Amino acid sequence: MAFTGTRRDYGLLGLDAKAAVENGLASAKWYSCPIGRKELKEFMRRSDGPALRDTALWFGLLAFSGGAGVALWGSWWAVLPFAVYGVLYGSASDSRWHECGHGTAFKTRWMNDVLYNVASFMVFREPTIWRWSHTRHHTDTVIVGLDPEFNVMRPADVLAILLNVFAFKNVVLGFKQLVLHASGRVDAEEATFIPDMERPKVFRTARIWLALFALVVLACVLTHSVLPAMLIGLPTMYGAWLQLLFGLTQHAGLDEDVLDHRLNSRTVMMNPVFRFLYWNMNYHIEHHMFPMVPYHALPRLHEVIKHDCPKPYPSLYAAFAEIIPAVLRQAKDPTYFVRRELPSRAKPLDLQPAGPGMVAAE
Amino acid sequence: MAWVRACATDEIDEEDVARFDQGDRTFAIYHSPEDAFYATDGLCTHQAIHLADGLVMDHTIECPKHNGRFDYRDGKALGAPVCVNLRTYPVKVEDGVVLVDVG
Repeated sequence: MAFTGTRRDYGLLGLDAKAAVENGLASAKWYSCPIGRKELKEFMRRSDGPALRDTALWFGLLAFSGGAGVALWGSWWAVLPFAVYGVLYGSASDSRWHECGHGTAFKTRWMNDVLYNVASFMVFREPTIWRWSHTRHHTDTVIVGLDPEFNVMRPADVLAILLNVFAFKNVVLGFKQLVLHASGRVDAEEATFIPDMERPKVFRTARIWLALFALVVLACVLTHSVLPAMLIGLPTMYGAWLQLLFGLTQHAGLDEDVLDHRLNSRTVMMNPVFRFLYWNMNYHIEHHMFPMVPYHALPRLHEVIKHDCPKPYPSLYAAFAEIIPAVLRQAKDPTYFVRRELPSRAKPLDLQPAGPGMVAAE
Repeated sequence: MAWVRACATDEIDEEDVARFDQGDRTFAIYHSPEDAFYATDGLCTHQAIHLADGLVMDHTIECPKHNGRFDYRDGKALGAPVCVNLRTYPVKVEDGVVLVDVG
């Protein structure tokens, strides 16, 4: 039975956006687990080493699987290497885009910027648009009308989720926006979070991307083969399924409009292969609470604050055992959500830890 | 000139930052790797987050909320999501005390 009640307005220009501002939910003070300044500084410390190692391994695996796919092209055996290549290209790029967007993957700024732009293209997210959208996501995480990065709204649109198993919805909408930006415009919602001075960059990048996609199409026409697109462009879609699985664990089914990441985000334990592909974003409470901590330090941060957080999910399977029924129920009942239990010794919401480094005026 | 005492020099580690409040104003005091001290407005120009909770790397302060970066020596915004420079204030050190001209 389809939902027939009153819908909340998730648009950035709608009534719920206005209500969120009036209710003090915009750019609000969020709960932060107590942690000493010196300890946090250690976690925040930047380094090029881990990301250089992981990036070399990532591109090595891309080259190997892509090369094997090309070598086996024409036989059904090519499906196997392209399945691997697709996940590396269309799913692992999501976490590289994310971490480099925060500027925390590498210590060296240009390395973050280069990988951010490459990964943005692979995951098909326009770099400037999504940098600002993600900034807003961190300011107003899962606040209705303010967060532009909801992946499951209520009532849940199950068809839209299924369409993104192969990024179909994302790519169709993304191309529409790409053409808009290449024509020198942003839409009204984008205008709420992208400053005027950043817009020429949006337009220039959109034109470059369109030219790159045109070159891929030209290569396919000239070679009478879809193989060039199998290497550049299409893996954004055929390799997107793992990105969707990972992404849904972040917030789907949990509460909205709460100023506490422990209640609207999940930390899920994952195996080392998934954590490599996802760059430890399974520690999502930790990431949202302390976004300056690089991905390689999140497991250690988790150990320090876990006493103040809900119990983490022991596996991806355990997370989906909760998410699937919750989302199906939200398709019919948008008031439903999974209420996370805080540990009995956790600090209550209204007690904010003292700001570190406070120096009183005389 | 309105020099006020912000803190003792040994209250801030090298390559770190501390918050200093005076009345309804808030400042960030920096201790650079060369043992020099600097002062800026305490809140990020992007979304009014306390920079003293952020990370100092060489001569850069990174905002703890959105990772926007400034050069704390001249307040220059170093790229999105920060687009507006930070105001800086003169600093001097006398007898182990950091003084800031908040005027």
